[in-house]
Amino acid sequence: MNAQALAISNWQLGFAALLILVNLLLSAWLRLGLTRSLLVASLRMVVQLLLIGFILEAIFALNHPLPVVGIGLVMVTLAGISAVNRTQRRFPGIYVDSVLCVFGASFVVTGAALLGIINVDPWYRAQYAIPLLGMVLGNILNGVSLALNRFTEGAARERKLIESSLALGATRWEAAHPLITASLHTGMIPTINSMMVMGIVSLPGMMTGQLLAGAAPESAVRYQIVIMFMIAAATALGAFGVVMFAFRVLFTREHQLRADRLSQPQAGVRHGGLRIRRRFMS
Amino acid sequence: MNANPLLSAEQLRCTVGARTLWRDVNVAIRPGERWAVRGPSGSGKTLLLRTLAGLAPCQGGAVYLDGKPFSAWSPPAWRARVAYLPQSAVLPEGTVETTLAAPFAFKVHRGRKFSLEAARHYLGAVALDPAFLEQDTQNLSGGEAQLVALIRALLLQPGMLLLDEATASVDPARTTHVEDLIDTWLGESRDRACVWTSHDPAQLERVSTQSLQLERPA
Repeated sequence: MNAQALAISNWQLGFAALLILVNLLLSAWLRLGLTRSLLVASLRMVVQLLLIGFILEAIFALNHPLPVVGIGLVMVTLAGISAVNRTQRRFPGIYVDSVLCVFGASFVVTGAALLGIINVDPWYRAQYAIPLLGMVLGNILNGVSLALNRFTEGAARERKLIESSLALGATRWEAAHPLITASLHTGMIPTINSMMVMGIVSLPGMMTGQLLAGAAPESAVRYQIVIMFMIAAATALGAFGVVMFAFRVLFTREHQLRADRLSQPQAGVRHGGLRIRRRFMS
Repeated sequence: MNANPLLSAEQLRCTVGARTLWRDVNVAIRPGERWAVRGPSGSGKTLLLRTLAGLAPCQGGAVYLDGKPFSAWSPPAWRARVAYLPQSAVLPEGTVETTLAAPFAFKVHRGRKFSLEAARHYLGAVALDPAFLEQDTQNLSGGEAQLVALIRALLLQPGMLLLDEATASVDPARTTHVEDLIDTWLGESRDRACVWTSHDPAQLERVSTQSLQLERPA
């Protein structure tokens, strides 16, 4: 089965863009005040995607490991930075820590999948490496930001409780353990939840894409299973790594809690932050 | 009495941001002594006690326990000897009994066992009913939480108590009980000592024999 998907012409893209009218009309009618954001977001989405389309086209044509690894590193850096931007309290070095964790977790897991599971030959074939890395990164970003946010918020808010454990003779590990556990739970829950309902409630995006491109459902499902295990492992690694880095900054070798190393909550945490807060409340 | 000091501080200095709270603090606390730390609000009394407990970083000078500097100790072992009680006690979720028993799970207290009998004894000393053990910690008043925190510290048999406004939210009758309890506790062993801070000068007069005055450096 190698049927090609139907090509979409510029005219057809234009018709699809008309769907934004639904949003605009609703926004105007209910005075949601979203008109501007909707237009900016739509424009950004189209420009960013067309741009990455050109870049990927070029990388596919080059068929060389350097550009593949290069764009992988750019994606990792952007994911690491956005993960921090969704948190409310920062500590010195948080960006470097986040990028390092995202890098380690995504490259190890994607590398293992390319070389050890799917056996892509040569390993750097962009057709496999880039989509797999992208899928993994999107989920690591979520897990890392949720775990990091839970840990730093907890260190600030539960400071007195943690300090009273330290004062009673707890090691920094014993005192931080409940918080570390809670942070890793928070980071992993979205992945676990999505695995629970996968195929029943949701048809995952990657699988849908493969189906549209003409892949046999049975083969698309197999890819989806591989990717979900990759995501689960990578999210766990990334969240664990970033929580350990934060632990080492906020809990010193003298077994002291240095909550003073945390900044005040950020006022302007962007939409990502809003989503996090909602998730915490529910 | 000229025994070796239990806990001592030399040339201790504390700065918060660019502000120096206190400096050149020298103190030697010997077994059996009762100290009061005096000073106006914001003079850093709490920070001094936290520094003595090794909970706050030292910006200058050094603290010693049994003649050994803090850096030569494992901090949990230091804190198992020098118990710090904060002015507002925050207790974990659960019953009073689980709260009192929880620290016995820490590595540093291995070899000690939580004794329900001892817990009942201390509760009785501050006029609390044994049924109090079943209470949910989140329903306690500020004063009750302070009493639970004090009993929790005493059960671990420290050598020193650093009491930061230990009776600030406790009613007058129980405040007397707490003072008597600490007095008895000091008398039970030769190598114990305590340090108090209090907003109540009369209390400091009653409970202390030595005094350390914190002053703003000029």
